[in-house]
Amino acid sequence: MTDKIPVTVLTGYLGAGKTTLLNRILTEDHGKKFAVIVNEFGEIGIDNDLVVGADEEVFEMNNGCICCTVRGDLIRIIEGLMKRRGKFDAIIVETTGLADPAPVAQTFFVDQDVSDKARLDAVVTVADAKWLSARLKDAPEAKNQIAFADVIIVNKTDLVTPEELAEVEGRIRAINPYAVLHRTQRAAVPLEAVLGRNAFDLERILEIEPAFLETDADHHHHDHDHDHGHHHHGSLGHYHDEHMQSVSVRLGEVDPEKFMPWINDLTQREGPNILRCKGIMAFTNEPKRFVFQGVHMILDGDLQQDWKPGEKRESRLVFIGRDLDVEAIRKGALACAA
Amino acid sequence: MSVQAPLTSLTQQVVPVHAGDHVIATGFAKDTALFALADGTVVAADGGETRRIAAHPGAGLLVATLDGASLVTGGDDGRVVRTGADGGTEEIGNAGGRWIDAVAAAPGGAVAWSSGRKVTARDEKGRLRHWDAPSTPQGLCFAPKGYRLAVSHYNGVSLWFPNTDASPELLPWKGSHLDVTWSADGRFVVSSMQENTLHGWRLPEKADMRMSGYPSKTRSFAWSHDGNWLATSGADAAIVWPFASKEGPMGKAPRECGIRPAKVTRVAFHPASLVLAVGYDDGFILLCRLTDAAELLVRKAEKDEGQVTAFAWDRKGRRLAFGTEGGAAGVLTLPG
Repeated sequence: MTDKIPVTVLTGYLGAGKTTLLNRILTEDHGKKFAVIVNEFGEIGIDNDLVVGADEEVFEMNNGCICCTVRGDLIRIIEGLMKRRGKFDAIIVETTGLADPAPVAQTFFVDQDVSDKARLDAVVTVADAKWLSARLKDAPEAKNQIAFADVIIVNKTDLVTPEELAEVEGRIRAINPYAVLHRTQRAAVPLEAVLGRNAFDLERILEIEPAFLETDADHHHHDHDHDHGHHHHGSLGHYHDEHMQSVSVRLGEVDPEKFMPWINDLTQREGPNILRCKGIMAFTNEPKRFVFQGVHMILDGDLQQDWKPGEKRESRLVFIGRDLDVEAIRKGALACAA
Repeated sequence: MSVQAPLTSLTQQVVPVHAGDHVIATGFAKDTALFALADGTVVAADGGETRRIAAHPGAGLLVATLDGASLVTGGDDGRVVRTGADGGTEEIGNAGGRWIDAVAAAPGGAVAWSSGRKVTARDEKGRLRHWDAPSTPQGLCFAPKGYRLAVSHYNGVSLWFPNTDASPELLPWKGSHLDVTWSADGRFVVSSMQENTLHGWRLPEKADMRMSGYPSKTRSFAWSHDGNWLATSGADAAIVWPFASKEGPMGKAPRECGIRPAKVTRVAFHPASLVLAVGYDDGFILLCRLTDAAELLVRKAEKDEGQVTAFAWDRKGRRLAFGTEGGAAGVLTLPG
């Protein structure tokens, strides 16, 4: 009927400042109404907004895909909320500190009724500047949340020295090089930094120009928009995480006959370990860019706008995941060259 | 291209009812058609007259069912409310502000609802019994005879006798079960599943049966008056499974009624004949006769009024009430 309702997923380890951010979003004077799906009642309560309690019930799908899990409670709640469309402009899902964001995200791709009416806007992760480095060592959930994020709020920066802050950002970048990073105190971040991101929109992937794709040589001739507060790091890879890696590959034109079977096979085989992937591909004899993104085994791809005359036809891919065979993925991607 | 006889139309026999919001469910209480709306209102239509009853003031209504004499609604205010033909409302349950996820009613006056994992059964005398399901139930259905409830949840359906302390009997099947229905002879329990399939159990052996091939989820079931057929939504026709034999539909193909380039969202069997009301996601409504595949038009597709979300025949089968997602509603009176 009308446009799909945008859904923002808010994650973050215990005590990072998720509820502070949520309350800030809800109390700011923006004239918008939200439906908020929370795990614990009581901590928030805003008169104009609908607040719904959830149970984080993660269901496996009977479709032969072991990593294909969805949030059953979310399907039911969104179905209920859609009966009261018009009462709100957007949905925010707050997950518990120990939650894996993947089932939440997959719900929006796997369930037809949900995807007909709502769209995932972005996964926003709040990280504690002081404690994140320690949590990355002892809490796999915290690492998942960083790896999965489109937007990362590095909160409580007033509690750390500039050196400590640089270290925690380096560790975040080692796991997730493409998320947009914001430094905050008491989760004070402009609303537009967390809402309306369109991070899962294939068209928007073209605009994303994260640090990992940049080299000094070709930095200047792209037509991208810089996000405010987006911190660029010239030198990535100072920090290395033992279990969570990202692989980014750039190459020239790609043969779709080689690429499609390769990417399908890779995501089917390595899907449980690949948390997110994104790419922009220059296919041989194709005037349009092929853009794709994925969550575990679920891939979504389409031809998007034309390459500009004179623009360098370059393919770029990134994979973020657990225990990835970095060299095999790099070699596999390069073997798709036309 | 093919030449088809124009569809016989009953559209002149329909009296529209202005609902104005998503119709969750409808049903007849005595001669009054009741419509439960998502904005918490119950609309009572009696002939040309309508009354609006605030069943859930200031709240939304999520689920509703009819118990023969009244409409039972569950809201996002955690209240379970009974609304009679006279417009009187009575709160019969309260889950303390948590959403009511499912309701069911038995003809004798017993009611059940669930909120989160907690299932509550209320017998005709108002006595309450509770049971915590292993995961949040999505569907509830009373057995045709006796005080027993089928509860669908993740990884199966549980059959619960609310008046005993025995733990419910589990009909296991992996996956997320949505709505559940029980055949009139009590021999079959059928659930719809997240993966666009149906799962059935033949009782008491608990023999499994799978009914698949749907392009989307089944969210509406209807048994024929003779118990021989189960009509279902979720495809571009009503899919009608044969349940006449002891084995149920095992190894048999279903019938398809009312094939159109639209998705069937609601089905309702006539209470005394093999005529099925079929509602689609474009608002179109047909009556299909199983015996000769004859079709009658009740309502044309209406832009912006959304899918058909509610259906009910009155007890004698003279009138059919319907409602849509976009807030349109009406009552068809059969000629003669």
